[in-house]
Amino acid sequence: MQTKPLSLEESYGYDRKTLDYIRKAAAHGLYEIRGMGAKRKLPNFDDLVFLGASMSRYALEGYREKCVTRTLLGTRYAKKPVELEIPITIAGMSFGALSANVKEALGRAATEVGTSTTTGDGGMTPEERQSSKTLVYQCLPSRYGFNPDDVRRADAIEVVIGQGAKPGGGGMLLGQKVSARVAGMRTLPAGVDQRSACRHPDWTGPDDLAIKIQELREMTDWEKPIYVKVGATRTFNDVKLAVHSGADVVVVDGMQGGTAATQTCFIEHIGIPTLAALRQAVEALEDLDMKGKVQLIISGGIRSGPDVAKALAMGADAVAIGQGVMIALGCNGDTYRQKGQNISAVADYNALGAAPGYCHHCHTGQCPVGITTQDEILEQRLEPAVGAKHLKNYLKTLNMELTTIARACGKQNVHHLEKEDLVALTLEAAAMANVPLAGTNWVPGRGGGI
Amino acid sequence: MDEVIFDLAQKKVSELNAYLHHDAPGKGRHKITVVNPDGAHNIAVGLDAPLEVDIIGHAGYYAGGMNKRASVVIKGSAGTGVGENMMSGTVHVQGFASNGAGASAHGGLLIIDGDAGLRCGISLKGGDIVVGGSVGSFSAFMAQAGRMVICGDAGDALGDSLYEAVLYVKGNIKSLGADARIETMSEADHAAVAELLQQAGLNHATGDFRRIASKRELYHWNADANQEY
Repeated sequence: MQTKPLSLEESYGYDRKTLDYIRKAAAHGLYEIRGMGAKRKLPNFDDLVFLGASMSRYALEGYREKCVTRTLLGTRYAKKPVELEIPITIAGMSFGALSANVKEALGRAATEVGTSTTTGDGGMTPEERQSSKTLVYQCLPSRYGFNPDDVRRADAIEVVIGQGAKPGGGGMLLGQKVSARVAGMRTLPAGVDQRSACRHPDWTGPDDLAIKIQELREMTDWEKPIYVKVGATRTFNDVKLAVHSGADVVVVDGMQGGTAATQTCFIEHIGIPTLAALRQAVEALEDLDMKGKVQLIISGGIRSGPDVAKALAMGADAVAIGQGVMIALGCNGDTYRQKGQNISAVADYNALGAAPGYCHHCHTGQCPVGITTQDEILEQRLEPAVGAKHLKNYLKTLNMELTTIARACGKQNVHHLEKEDLVALTLEAAAMANVPLAGTNWVPGRGGGI
Repeated sequence: MDEVIFDLAQKKVSELNAYLHHDAPGKGRHKITVVNPDGAHNIAVGLDAPLEVDIIGHAGYYAGGMNKRASVVIKGSAGTGVGENMMSGTVHVQGFASNGAGASAHGGLLIIDGDAGLRCGISLKGGDIVVGGSVGSFSAFMAQAGRMVICGDAGDALGDSLYEAVLYVKGNIKSLGADARIETMSEADHAAVAELLQQAGLNHATGDFRRIASKRELYHWNADANQEY
């Protein structure tokens, strides 16, 4: 008997990923929550390249000529602006999302390379204050653990309006990670699935925010820079409103930004790519004639030295990195290092239904390499000294790549990188970043010759 | 007791706050009286000493915000966020309070003789609030710990998404928020209400109050409560 051949044509609209989503929804009746950032392909800094020096530009000698990386943040109103050795900062990540060991490792590494680290939802731990020379203290809608003593102990204050992974959404910390210590810091019962508010409790809108910022300035005697962080959506207007509200520094977090736990529908479907957000943010500052007066930090998918260099060339004053930092610590690695030994974590990934390189299970608290956990055994898998060493190496590498690129573009200071140094490889990137398509003078929407 | 008078018609709020932060704590016990506040924002914020501050008139946003240990009396009404995120001490509004009064207060006592606006006690984290009059909608939203005594009425969605804070209401409750319920008053509740009323200088029968606390049904993700999240 002749059998009919199987048809294996996969539906474009109902591919295996979509089928899996529908089946899970049907089985559970709840949306998926996960960690990390958007996994979909988005236009990003890889779609831009630098025009290095040649006949029309004069390159700097890499081994002999210095390239300045010093970065000042908060020069608008703060009596004591933040001064960093490099323009690469560590993004806000909470104790709760991360273990205390990790927070300590972040502080140690940041201090060694001369940059800042940032608290997150849930307040400031003694470990991170002690280990961080420069610590930015977040003021979030939840106000979990928000304490005036810590405001005074901080070097800068970041009012968080939104996050690139979930603009318009509040935070989450599932019960597995609400340990006794985390619960105590957040004034919550241990083990609850913690929800965070998406709006601040004591102000609504930019006019209120202006007064809130003044309150923070008053209580710190106008010493500390005030950052305002927004998730990238209507970035042109949001940056203008942040400036209007009196921010010293605006932090824009694009949709590639990570999270410890958020609905997947937020992560993949709300917000705009970092590339597009950065262009809008810079144009907003230029429109207000505030470029250079209010500093801009961009975050969301900054991974490498070239990413940093491109962000600076487009007009950012500094970048903030979260996921790259975690990966440098060992996130998604197949082993962890404990007591001098490399130990396989593959079985633990598999137990979560994941594998090294694919894991986004930060929300479970069962991080196989001990980073996004509050479990007493798992957290030992990240030793602060080991994590700090790797992170320091990563940050140093990024900075070396940044200065190498800057020199190649003829710049003695990384902050002299400019948009004119960039061209785009794709139409989308050219349109979003507002730079010419490579080999042409054409910028989509702005004209020019092809 | 010695008295220092700050006239905000003549001096800036920043000068007042700098005095309260740096000079006043070392001067021994004395009263600081603020005149002509005229609704200025951020009066007496971030105090961290057992100071006594009287504000004669109406204050703007965040009066007594993030207070520790100090006693701040507003002889008038207060704008948004009075006593927000206070840690200890007392803030007493002898008039009315606007929105977000006592928001995210971790400790201390906020007394409002008159009515309070929307979201009174939102995100409360351990502080106590006594309101002589009524409170607006969404009061005690996501309140985590601490106590609120409301001698008048409460607006819509009282105690929405409560955690462990406890509310006591004498008047009408327009509606309860998600996961909030009315519970029986225990002896401890009567004692708590009596103590707070006494501290606020108010006289009501504790038997007239009802206790509102969390049903704790939203403490863990619940597929049957999809509109509650």
